[in-house]
This record gives sequence, structure tokens and C-alpha cells, in this order.
Amino acid sequence: MGAIETPAITNLGGQHMILNMGPQHPATHGVLRLVVEIDGETILHVRPEIGYLHTGIEKTCEAKFYQQVIPMTDRINYLDPLSNNLCYCLAVEKLLDLEIPERAQWVRVMLTELSRLNSHLIWLGTHAMDIGALTVFLYTFREREEILRLFEAVAGQRMMTSYFRIGGLSMEPPLGFFDRVQYFINTLPEKIDEYSNLLSGNPIFMNRLKGVGYLSAEDAIAYGVTGPPLRASGVDIDLRRDMPYSSYEKFQFKVPTSTVGDTWARYEVRLLEMRESIKIIQQALDGMPGGPVKANAPKIILPDREKMKTEMEALIHHFKIVTEGFPVPAGEVYQGIECGHGQVGYYVVSDGTAKPYRVHMRYPSFATLQALEVMSKDHLIADLVAVIGSIDIVLGEIDR
Amino acid sequence: MTQAVTMLGKQAVLDGLAEHPAVKAIVTWNADALTDAKFDRDELTLTVTPDAIREACSTLRAAGYNFFEDMTAVDWHPATPRFQLSYHLLSHGFKERIRLCARVDEPDPSVPTITTIWPGANFFEREVFDLFGIRFEGHPDLRRIMLPDDWKGHPLRKDYPVEGYR
Repeated sequence: MGAIETPAITNLGGQHMILNMGPQHPATHGVLRLVVEIDGETILHVRPEIGYLHTGIEKTCEAKFYQQVIPMTDRINYLDPLSNNLCYCLAVEKLLDLEIPERAQWVRVMLTELSRLNSHLIWLGTHAMDIGALTVFLYTFREREEILRLFEAVAGQRMMTSYFRIGGLSMEPPLGFFDRVQYFINTLPEKIDEYSNLLSGNPIFMNRLKGVGYLSAEDAIAYGVTGPPLRASGVDIDLRRDMPYSSYEKFQFKVPTSTVGDTWARYEVRLLEMRESIKIIQQALDGMPGGPVKANAPKIILPDREKMKTEMEALIHHFKIVTEGFPVPAGEVYQGIECGHGQVGYYVVSDGTAKPYRVHMRYPSFATLQALEVMSKDHLIADLVAVIGSIDIVLGEIDR
Repeated sequence: MTQAVTMLGKQAVLDGLAEHPAVKAIVTWNADALTDAKFDRDELTLTVTPDAIREACSTLRAAGYNFFEDMTAVDWHPATPRFQLSYHLLSHGFKERIRLCARVDEPDPSVPTITTIWPGANFFEREVFDLFGIRFEGHPDLRRIMLPDDWKGHPLRKDYPVEGYR
């Protein structure tokens, strides 16, 4: 325990109260409902009730062609859309045993890191706002807007990008795109200093976070916590480094960890992660290889418009892919990646047809939410808001 | 991508991956509980009998697969046994993932819960209970998680229409 002394629970004659927090509550980042048992203001139990956003995406996937699933993956975690695209594409590419051109892999890395920055910026803004520091929200959304403009330039969509396709990218990034990214990441480090100046030395912010929501490494592993909360509890695991995918093994970056395990540690870890992401983007820009952005698989990837108009083969392939999809060899794969919130996993089962037999998504917030009770027990209700903010919760990915 | 080695069947995996920590641990524990195995696309799948799933998990956890990552089911309707449960376990030490499977059949498909080993399996098992109707014996709080409590049917079963019942 750190700066804040949590008052000892004094049993007020056994008069516990059940407080219903949410589903419409500004601090629950969506439609999370928490049933909290309190003694005075001290939390005894927290029971998350979820499912208010459940849309049955896993069921819908079974009725779509493989390529039609990609737009749905954006909508699950709408703050980190490109990581979801990437994870699904990697899983299907593994089933197809498809080789992705180097340039496509590097652009994927660069954009996923931008997507991670996007996710972390929103987390920082909303988390600080929950605590009462309203200014930071405006600052982080200023930078987030820049990232969304970059996404719009490259994918034509600000949030629901669907830019990564099975076999590569949907198209070559537009002219001047890399210069825009370069300009953006040149300016970002001083912006992060700005957030840090606003928050890191701020006594109110520190007092609200330090010593609150402690999560031990054992508990974190037992509850399936991943990503920054796991690393803030002292478990040094990052799939980008430890089980690299999409040529992450060619990039040098540090994995920030902390052994403190409270909400403050999670704040610090994420802030450091943002700086590491900038380094990765810089390396991707410096060493961006040339070549195609789509794999050589005419029966899987839509042909160029120009080819379609001049070559009969290309026209036939286009017609076949659009009307019947493409068959994927039978089998099952699990692809895990590290997104902004933690480990995402796509489990895709194929029965050899053009529609996935089963698509299951493992999303980090779903597992991390289970650790909420351990983190917020014996704290005050106001601390619950800080803890929810620190696990960076997205209800879209919990309910799917 | 390099052409990965594929091993299908229990014997092929036992011969080809005898030194693999997970295979070794399962064989030392109870080779008879292992009904099937495969190594495909660089992923190891071990299928055990459903009543042995909890012990298999604790054996694998002791062997270094310390992190429960994911758990779900697949409905192979109308094949029997109908449901396949897939557990994905990650080893922070080996930086490697394995898949543990069990097949259960109707009526009343059920397996022992693994929440006693990893409390984090709680929500995952509730989700499978909700959407597939598979029971987890010994689960501390087996309720529907996504759908309302009075919902009829289990949507991720293959005989449940995509549009739902109207």
C-alpha cells in the first residue's frame, strides 16, 4: 500500500449496502454494470454484469465469407481497429499458409503501432478525466485526431479502417503518407512530455492513483490479465517481442515493466509504451522496404482494377472471390497478438469451405475485468473509478 | 513461410515430439487420458478425455504452461461427440502456446471446471455455458453472461439460426 491509507473496515452493525453502478455511468466507459457491495464507502465485493453490448459477432462471422469478417473485427475494439484487423488476417493467413510481402508486413507494424498510440491516447484522456483532470482529455484528443486523419488518408475511414486484408493490405499507402507519419511522430514526443508535465507531478493525480488497485503478479496470471496491467505487476511478457509476428522480430524496442502493480504503475508503463511505439514507427519509416503490398495469390486477393479490365483471368478471379469467396484448407489456428489493451487472440476453425466454421476472439478486457474485485476490494468507491480507468476497458471487446 | 511439419494422430506426436515439455508431462501423468494429438501449422493440440481436463490442466501448469489464455467451444453438429472444447494455454517461460481439447456429447454435455486452477477461466466458462449450453461441474457462478437470464437456446450451436428465432 502506498500514499493513501485505506481505512480499516469497521462493521456498521452488518449494514451493508448494494450499489448498482451502471450500465449508464460516465466512469464505466460504456455499458458496464457493476454490482458493488459496500460498507459505508468501502468496497466489499464487486460483481461485473456484462452483455449489454452483445451483438453476436462470433455467430455472424460463421455466415460470412472469410474476407467479409474483417469489417466486423474493427467494430469489436473500436479504439485499436488495426490490431484487430491484423490478428484476424494473420490467423487466416496461417490457415492458408500464405506468404506476406515484406513491405506489407512493415506497413502493418507501423500502422498497428499508430493504432496502439490511438488506444493509449484515449485511455490517458478518459482515465485522467475520470480522476478529475479534464484538461488532458482535450490534449490527447488533439493528437488522436491527427492519428485518425492518418487512418483516413490510408484507409478512407477514420475509425473502422479494415485496411489490412487477407494476403496484405487493401492498397498501397497514398503518396506522401510516410512523410505525414514522419511529421506526426516528430511532434509526438514533446506532446507526451506535455501530458507527463500535466499529470506526473500533479499531487491530486498522484494521490488518487498511488497505492490504489494493487494487483500482484500471481493474481494477474491467475485471472488472465494481459498487456500493460500484467507488465505493471512485474511480469515481463510482450507477444511482440516474445512470440513475434508480422516481422516484429526485426524491430528494436524495450518492453516497459514495473513491479509496483498499482494504478500508478499502469499509468507509467503505458506512458513509456507510447514512447517505445514512436521508436518502432521511426524504425519502420527508416527501413521501409519496397515491393508489392499484396501476396501473390490471385485466387485469394482481389485483382487490380486495371488488370480486371484487360485480363480475362483477373476478371474471372474477381468474380469468383466476390460471389463464392475462396476455400480455406481445413484446420484450426490460434493467433495471438499484443494490442493496446493486452493480448488479443483469434481462434479460427475451418472446415475447408469459404466461410469460417468458427471464429472466436479472445479479448483482453474480458479477462482483465475478472481481476476488478481483487484490485478494488477494501478501497473506497471513488477508487473503483480509478481502477476501471487503469485497466483500460472497452465494452465492445468484452461483449462482442 | 517455411513448410511446417505436420504430425497427425497420437502416435505420430508421441514419437515426433517426445521431448516436448507438454507431451512429456502428459505422458508421465497419464498416457491413457490422451485420446488424440496433432501438430499442425506449428501448433500442438492435445486431446484428452473430458473428465480428465482439470487434471490435465494442472499437470500442464506444473510443466510450465502457467497462463490460461483462452477457452471456447466448437459445435461439430451433427458429428458425435458433438462439442469440442479448446483451451489455449500459454507458457511465459517457453514462449509457447498449446491447445488442449476435449470432446463432449449430448445430452447434458458437461466437463469439470478449471476455475480451481485459474480463476480467470470463470468468465470464459460462463460464456461457453451461455452460448453453447455446456455445463461446467463445480463452477462457482454458472449463469448466463452475455444473454438475458430468460433467453431460450444457445446461439452458437449450429442448429440455432443466424437470424435467431422470430
